[in-house]
Amino acid sequence: MAKTLFDKLWQEHEVETLSERESLLYIDRIFLHERTGSVALNSLLECGREVRRREHAFCTMDHIVDTFPGRGDTTLMPSGKDFIVATRSATRETGIRLFDIQDPDQGIVHVISPELGIALPGLSLICPDSHTCTLGGLGALAWGVGSTEAEHALATSTLRVTRPQTMQVRFEGSLPQGVTAKDLMLFTIRELSAAGGGGYAIEFAGEAIEALSVEARLTLCNMATELSAFTGLVAPDQKVVDYCAGRQFAPSGARWDQACAHWQSLRSDPQAHFDSKKTLDIAHLKPQLSWGTSPQYCIDWDDAIPLAGDALNASDSAAWQRMQEYMGLAGGSRLSDYPIDAAFIGSCTNSRLSDLRLAADYLLRTGHRVARGVKALCVPGSGRVKREAEAQGLHEIFLNAGFEWREPGCSMCFYAGGESFGDRARVASTTNRNFEGRQGIGARTHLASPVTVVASACAGYLTADATV
Amino acid sequence: MTPFSQHLGVAAPLLRDNIDTDTIIPSREMRTVSRTGLAAGLFAPWRYTDAEVRTPNNGFVLNSTDYDGASILVAGQNFGCGSSREHAVWALIESGFRVVIAPSFATIFKNNALRNGLLTVELDHSGILEMLNWVEVDPQRHLVEVDLEQCVLRHDAALGPTPFVMNPQSRKMLLQGLDEIGLTEQSLDSIAAFEAKDRKRRPWAHLSGD
Ligand code: SF4
Repeated sequence: MAKTLFDKLWQEHEVETLSERESLLYIDRIFLHERTGSVALNSLLECGREVRRREHAFCTMDHIVDTFPGRGDTTLMPSGKDFIVATRSATRETGIRLFDIQDPDQGIVHVISPELGIALPGLSLICPDSHTCTLGGLGALAWGVGSTEAEHALATSTLRVTRPQTMQVRFEGSLPQGVTAKDLMLFTIRELSAAGGGGYAIEFAGEAIEALSVEARLTLCNMATELSAFTGLVAPDQKVVDYCAGRQFAPSGARWDQACAHWQSLRSDPQAHFDSKKTLDIAHLKPQLSWGTSPQYCIDWDDAIPLAGDALNASDSAAWQRMQEYMGLAGGSRLSDYPIDAAFIGSCTNSRLSDLRLAADYLLRTGHRVARGVKALCVPGSGRVKREAEAQGLHEIFLNAGFEWREPGCSMCFYAGGESFGDRARVASTTNRNFEGRQGIGARTHLASPVTVVASACAGYLTADATV
Repeated sequence: MTPFSQHLGVAAPLLRDNIDTDTIIPSREMRTVSRTGLAAGLFAPWRYTDAEVRTPNNGFVLNSTDYDGASILVAGQNFGCGSSREHAVWALIESGFRVVIAPSFATIFKNNALRNGLLTVELDHSGILEMLNWVEVDPQRHLVEVDLEQCVLRHDAALGPTPFVMNPQSRKMLLQGLDEIGLTEQSLDSIAAFEAKDRKRRPWAHLSGD
């Protein structure tokens, strides 16, 4: 019978069928971070359990660590140091590999796991972090879980998983010049809604997807969780094989050949049945910017912000009204009417070398600098991204233009009580969540691509006009 | 895990869609490397006008005496979306909630809830409105009963019980208060057998221990 990519991945990892819809799945890799992973490890130790296969478990410090140059264990976040110290000691006790603050490979979990070859096509990978779906961009079966499930996986190398349904999202047309994978995904969330992927594993397909670089596919799948999907997937092709070759934890020699042969089979059969199919026309896609406090509230960057009165029903209308109040926006106006206070390039969505390159190219091409009064940050996703960017001189481009150049980590993608953009600060951001308070109490986040963020930083207001 | 069979309590309405876990428990409220000390941070952005000094927002439903002691939260669709933080579930439980009723839940939240004995009940929008119409007459007296044995909600007697659907596996776990890890440990042999086969099938997927 014809199978989808997801069906194949599911089947390959099935240890036991528990019920019609639930299976015990084998977990190939577990990644933890100091924010939620420390809780899982501590709890495991308290119960007197061990990590069943510690060579398959990894941990990084990304969420709480400072990103200031010269950082140590001390962070601006109250009690932050406790998490760092506890994580270090729990990983030592359990014998799992930690990418600690001074490790050259430290970075945001979803940036370093593909970089190090810990995530590979066809592997199942979990992390107590919702953006684990990022790794679906390689063709890995990867999804986010809670701390208790992470503990379960550590102790048993398996998880009891309710099988999601399958959805295919097919894009018609190719991405116009200057429009990125981030715009593509924001548009998809806008069309399908923040709940639109609920209960589904989504495979992205179409010419535009085949044309995306591996890093861009990671950006795309990163936000599958913003659709409430179980995960996102792209079938691995030669680009992915080339990307994985030679990575530190990737197989080599005969095992590499076996892996490559196996990966060939990882694609949906032509007649495979999806429980749901969507087609989106993207031939004329424009850069997207969010205006609300859920990623589904995006518009073409130069469109008018919708009027609350135009919502389909009274409860939506009230929700829009509330969001516009929080965001300090008026329906009917344009986003370019609003000056920004800050610009942020970073996060597991857009902090890879190609993202930084895109932003730096804009600065080089235009010669623009960050507008006065705008606090602009560029935070590479990992030590490796930072090194490679510096080798190409990107840091100088950012610094000369008025950006801060930070150490790798999640940084101000979220606010944990430490560093913030300030109350009501309007932020153009390459991150994935624009929830109330996500980037600081009262902070107003506008999600966008690295190009749009850098253009806005230089203009001093929200814009994707690359000619400004 | 505390078993769940029946629960009778005050139901509090928070009918917004897409309530995310950053709102349920903001990152800055997760101050310790543990599962406790979270209750005061529950819904901090909405519950306080100034979260730093804990100035209550009198307009927020959970601050109203009408809903004192609420143990059933009734919310809009896609409840618990966003960050996977299990702290959202722990914060709700620590604050006395046993049940969340909503048209739909984000998957990770639902899984986290299940593993901590917090019952999530999916009820369509009209069912929710029907229930709340009755509750709102006198929230402290018009208590809602959630019966997991029968998979029904009981509120307005005139309407009769409202059935809800629950995955049988999850229902069993909740009813018996099962420790999932303990349950899976009974399958350790089949896990080892799977591994032995898999090492031949996908040798490249297995890293060697030192
Ligand atoms: S960068 Fe942001 S979204 Fe990504 S893992 Fe870190 S905190 Fe989460």
